[in-house]
Amino acid sequence: MAVYQALLELADDNLVLGHRLSEWCGHAPMLEEDLAMPNMALDLIGTARVLYDRAAALEGKGQSEDDMAFLRGEREYRNCLLVERPNEDFAQTMLRQLYFAAFMKPFWDAALNGTDEVVRGVAGKAAKEMAYHIRHAGEWVIRLGDGTDESAARMRDAVFALSIYVDELFESSAAAAEAEAAGVLPKRADMRPAFDAVIAQVFTEALLEAPSVDYPQTGGRDGRHGEGLGHMLAEMQSLYRAHPGARW
Amino acid sequence: MSLAAQEEARAWAAAAQVPDPEVPCVTVADLGILRWVRVENGVCRVGVTPTYSGCPATLAIELAIETAILGAGVQGVQIERVLSPAWTTDWITDEGRAKLRDYGIAPPQGQSGKALALFGETSVTCPRCGSDDTEKLSEFGSTACKAHYRCRACAEPFDYFKCI
Repeated sequence: MAVYQALLELADDNLVLGHRLSEWCGHAPMLEEDLAMPNMALDLIGTARVLYDRAAALEGKGQSEDDMAFLRGEREYRNCLLVERPNEDFAQTMLRQLYFAAFMKPFWDAALNGTDEVVRGVAGKAAKEMAYHIRHAGEWVIRLGDGTDESAARMRDAVFALSIYVDELFESSAAAAEAEAAGVLPKRADMRPAFDAVIAQVFTEALLEAPSVDYPQTGGRDGRHGEGLGHMLAEMQSLYRAHPGARW
Repeated sequence: MSLAAQEEARAWAAAAQVPDPEVPCVTVADLGILRWVRVENGVCRVGVTPTYSGCPATLAIELAIETAILGAGVQGVQIERVLSPAWTTDWITDEGRAKLRDYGIAPPQGQSGKALALFGETSVTCPRCGSDDTEKLSEFGSTACKAHYRCRACAEPFDYFKCI
């Protein structure tokens, strides 16, 4: 059960961020970004699907990936708070992406040595995809941070708004700690040096100052979320809940 | 040749002809996503590896492969999604690369194993005029597996099959 729960947390992170990114589809500031964000969303949602599948198989109760994505309420979602933050403006969206990818890249690299074959399969693919996400989001953070007065101010606001959610990435729930001890997943806290190196490099080029975080926010792994997640899930789940068992 | 081996060969030949739905100039065998075909006890198992985690073409490809094999008269087709090892552009055959180039898509350059492959694709050769004087327009192109480039020599935009 611990491994089930740990994979669920990981899948929720990927699905929620993937859905957030997909909200940009048709609204991006330029065509290339309108392609880029749904493309990145597809990577994340694809990863989530395999993880839900694997979690359901370990649980053995016959849940489908759709059941897990569409029939769990807000308190049952176990994603970290960073990924559910509303898109706000492009600066916040790109910084959120950079923070997440900078964590997940070393995480998936390390997961390649895990004991679960499915997780290793996901890791091989996702690690490469995260490298692309770091590059894409990182380029935007630099361009906006070292851009006009307006873009730089928005980027600083984004750092202020999102940095309080970073520490939660490195925390392992009780279930995750068990999965780590069993060798299925790598230890989240171990990703700190690689994460810090990427962020420091990007922030230096972006002329951004590393923030000091006095009150880091946590709670997502216990199902305590911000106001935005419920609204997001209501939209994401409405079709499936109106037509239970619908297939497409 | 045993009956199973004959069916295996027939199933492989049929499956190998299936074009990629989004890049129809190459087949699933050219791309290296058709991994293996095994016939045992009247069941034909086929291993297929998706290119990207969320590749929306995965299901269409699997259906097309199944249809092709059934069309070749081999029954009991079961498609298995093989996630490990993960697909890499290194698996695209030389023939596949040539077909991509002829189609106007620059094939992946360099080897995915090298760290530089992800960050240093500075010179992608234009598939139309062969010039190395090209620039990246967007990291993400018409599909997840491609980036968008432009040639400064012939001024044509083109897709580049990303090296992963």
